[in-house]
Amino acid sequence: MHHKTIAELATGLERKEFSSLELTRACLERITRLDTRLNCFVTVTEETALAQAQAADERIARGAASALTGVPIAQKDIFCTKGVRTSCGSRMLDNFISPYDASVVERFNAAGAVMLGKLNMDEFAMGSSNETSFYGPVKNPWNTSTVPGGSSGGSAASIAARLTPGATGTDTGGSIRQPAAFCGITGIKPTYGRVSRWGMIAFASSLDQAGPMARTAEDCAIMLQAMAGFDERDSTCVDRPVPDYRAALGNSLEGLRIGLPTEFFGEGLDPAIASLIQDAVDEYKRLGATVKEISLPNMHLSAPAYYVVAPAECSSNLARFDGVRFGHRCENPADLADLYTRSRGEGFGAEVKRRILIGTYALSAGYYDAYYLKAQKIRRLISEDFRRAFEEVDVIMGPTAPSVAFEFGAKSADPIAMYLSDIYTIAVNLAGLPGMSVPVGFSNGLPVGMQIIGSYFSEDRLLNVAHRYQQATDWHTRAPAGIAD
Amino acid sequence: MEWETVIGLEIHAQLATRSKIFSGAPTAYGAEPNTQACAVDLGLPGVLPVLNREAVRMAVKFGLAIGAEISPVSVFARKNYFYPDLPKGYQISQYDLPVVARGQLGINVDGKELTIGVTRAHLEEDAGKSLHEDFHGYSGIDLNRAGTPLLEIVSEPDLRSAKEAVAYMKKLHALVRYLEICDGNMQEGSFRCDANVSIRPKGQEKFGTRAEIKNLNSFRFVEKAINYEIERQIEILESGGQVIQETRLYDSVKDETRSMRSKEEANDYRYFPDPDLLPLEISNGFIEEVKATLPELPDAKRDRFKDQYGLSDYDAEVLTATREVADYFESVVKDSGCDPKLCANWVMGELAAALNKAGLEIEQSPVKPDRLAGLILRISDKTISGNTAKPVFASMWESNDDADTIIEKQDLKQITDTGAIEAIIDEIIAANPEQLAQYRSGKDKLFGFFVGQAMKATQGKANPAQLNELLKQKLQ
Repeated sequence: MHHKTIAELATGLERKEFSSLELTRACLERITRLDTRLNCFVTVTEETALAQAQAADERIARGAASALTGVPIAQKDIFCTKGVRTSCGSRMLDNFISPYDASVVERFNAAGAVMLGKLNMDEFAMGSSNETSFYGPVKNPWNTSTVPGGSSGGSAASIAARLTPGATGTDTGGSIRQPAAFCGITGIKPTYGRVSRWGMIAFASSLDQAGPMARTAEDCAIMLQAMAGFDERDSTCVDRPVPDYRAALGNSLEGLRIGLPTEFFGEGLDPAIASLIQDAVDEYKRLGATVKEISLPNMHLSAPAYYVVAPAECSSNLARFDGVRFGHRCENPADLADLYTRSRGEGFGAEVKRRILIGTYALSAGYYDAYYLKAQKIRRLISEDFRRAFEEVDVIMGPTAPSVAFEFGAKSADPIAMYLSDIYTIAVNLAGLPGMSVPVGFSNGLPVGMQIIGSYFSEDRLLNVAHRYQQATDWHTRAPAGIAD
Repeated sequence: MEWETVIGLEIHAQLATRSKIFSGAPTAYGAEPNTQACAVDLGLPGVLPVLNREAVRMAVKFGLAIGAEISPVSVFARKNYFYPDLPKGYQISQYDLPVVARGQLGINVDGKELTIGVTRAHLEEDAGKSLHEDFHGYSGIDLNRAGTPLLEIVSEPDLRSAKEAVAYMKKLHALVRYLEICDGNMQEGSFRCDANVSIRPKGQEKFGTRAEIKNLNSFRFVEKAINYEIERQIEILESGGQVIQETRLYDSVKDETRSMRSKEEANDYRYFPDPDLLPLEISNGFIEEVKATLPELPDAKRDRFKDQYGLSDYDAEVLTATREVADYFESVVKDSGCDPKLCANWVMGELAAALNKAGLEIEQSPVKPDRLAGLILRISDKTISGNTAKPVFASMWESNDDADTIIEKQDLKQITDTGAIEAIIDEIIAANPEQLAQYRSGKDKLFGFFVGQAMKATQGKANPAQLNELLKQKLQ
């Protein structure tokens, strides 16, 4: 049962081949048995999951099921879940029980999905390897001595290990796409504003976006259908109709114009990955697409701009964690300054502190123009590059990450090297565009992901493009041996 | 040396919206601590602000009333600093692009008309309150006020004395209440002021170093604090010292300002546009819509009072000082149909004195306009004299009776029957032959004696004009 996709499970539930309760129990059993090795879950919500499954079975019996009713999923621990610890991978929120549900959580609940638990992640979504989590790193099911990617590492690894058929992720600079690539699954970061950020703990507000992660594009379509849509509680959420994503999946790719940016295939890219991307592009040609080389001339500025904007926003967003109202508070504070410095000093890990410091510096009087303002100008240049590119092509393709999953500790001592693992993904966040990662093969036994980038609100197109590829190939069906056989 | 004072005021007016500026929690004052703070006000992880349209409407209304520019696009920015009653670790405010810019306000000081520039007015959220008592060595935090909408109104450094500063503040206070965008309650902190004060040698163009004085929550304190600060700065400069740029706190008990923090210790607020809020765009249609809701403004009302009611500058100014006083006055004129000057005298005289003594605002007056009108009507139609009307008013203040009932009950009706008054005069003349002789021999002053006797005999009810007339005839 654990090899079934969300689409297959929904059919099975509808045909009463199995109940949601049986399905949920099977997932919980796998989590209990396997997650001690992988560390995907911070919290398993067994009791509520079983209750939700029961309710879902009743709903199915009533004939009132939606595509997700009774389907188990898991939430990245960045989404607030009422009555359940919402840690954000941090000691700071280890004791935080959210009094409310995030918009995304509400929507899955309304659809009748079953929440298995809360997934591990880099602390406050700051990291590319899941090594910054207070709860310890998640292991990559394909090779447990390598990282699953980050920050949605728990989401990606739990799906690859078939502990859950789908999970939510968030992507600020590649946090859905890069772990999806490292773990051989499919994930989409929607256009900024497509999914409400209400209840999603903020890292960098102008870049953060929630999206689905699953094994197939079709499953992502089913999940995104539930997640997307206007929410008046998020002023940056866009009031725009949500297309029927599943209906668009089968569209022909005849005449699809693919752009390959020169800048994505230069120095620093593992040649094995470059070759697999080329194979995938060839497959698209067979499906009727045309391919063109394009240029995104300001691409090289995306990392410097990102590492000003994201830390600047984070330094302000994380100021609320002060030990006063919720979260970690130091023992016996002597005075106010002591309360602040020790609560924050103890509650935050090294990477979070580093980014708060960088961001505070970038916003300081006398530096604001040189850093923050300049970075915002670069953002506009990068958006402009993409806008021009999309006049010529329908989608842009390239590697999701410059390498496959690396060993634990390989980059954790060198923040710059770690930051560069997001080199192909961050420009998409700076521009607010939708981006996807789909599995396109293996290098040294580890999955390789290809990134597909589209114009604003073209999620239906991206899912369609990914789905047709997955109809023609089987990379997305591969499962890590020993864990998910 | 002769010194010139330069003052600029920053006034925080709490906007009278029902809910907070970025959340749906209520803004009512005086509730149990932390019962009017929702997840957004508490700054819980994951919450987001949504701008209250009503707060924008009120800011625009204010901007239109002072002839300011309404920015087609303004931006909310985060002002970052740590304080326990600031839940998010930043205050959402407006920085380089405020919603209202470049307006002006006319004030009248000692008969001189002055125009004071308003640099800007911007929307922001209030912080909570720290409570330092009853927590056994800890401080308590009440977040009911957190997220309450404020309009910060910043003046140009156009004010030259504490008196001008107070006049400007009072004018603004009246205006926001006219516009019904702020209740103006200074005790509850709905209208508060910080003052930037500096001095310079008279004739010098360059500004002196300023001190910012915080915590000025009454007109009296503004005046006293500024005057104290001027003296302090003059003393420093005249003894060869230098004023340092700093924030000072006014202590109303000791009547002095004390240093709070110097420029060096000042926070770097690291302002940047709030990424959770889109730029605020205000359309011309919205501005027109708000314009249509503007009431008659104080200056226009004052001019109309002069024209329509024939009032003096002073009377018109006093009667339009607040919307409530103006409304009260106009009701009295309308209900009584009497001479507006007579009505004005009663509103500004007896009524104002009684309110002042009881510590009441005019809208809390136990004597409503219709009852006062009833009294004035009886003065006007000579049923009672102006003097008799005073005790009648006092009785009205204490009871719910109208003037006619009191006049009836206490038998205060004026005696206007010529025959009756003549009879009384005859009696008095007959009883005081000595005074009559003296008067007739040229001691004119004794006329008052006869008036007094006659009033005494009629318990003050004789119509004064008639009495005078008849006495003059009889005494000849």
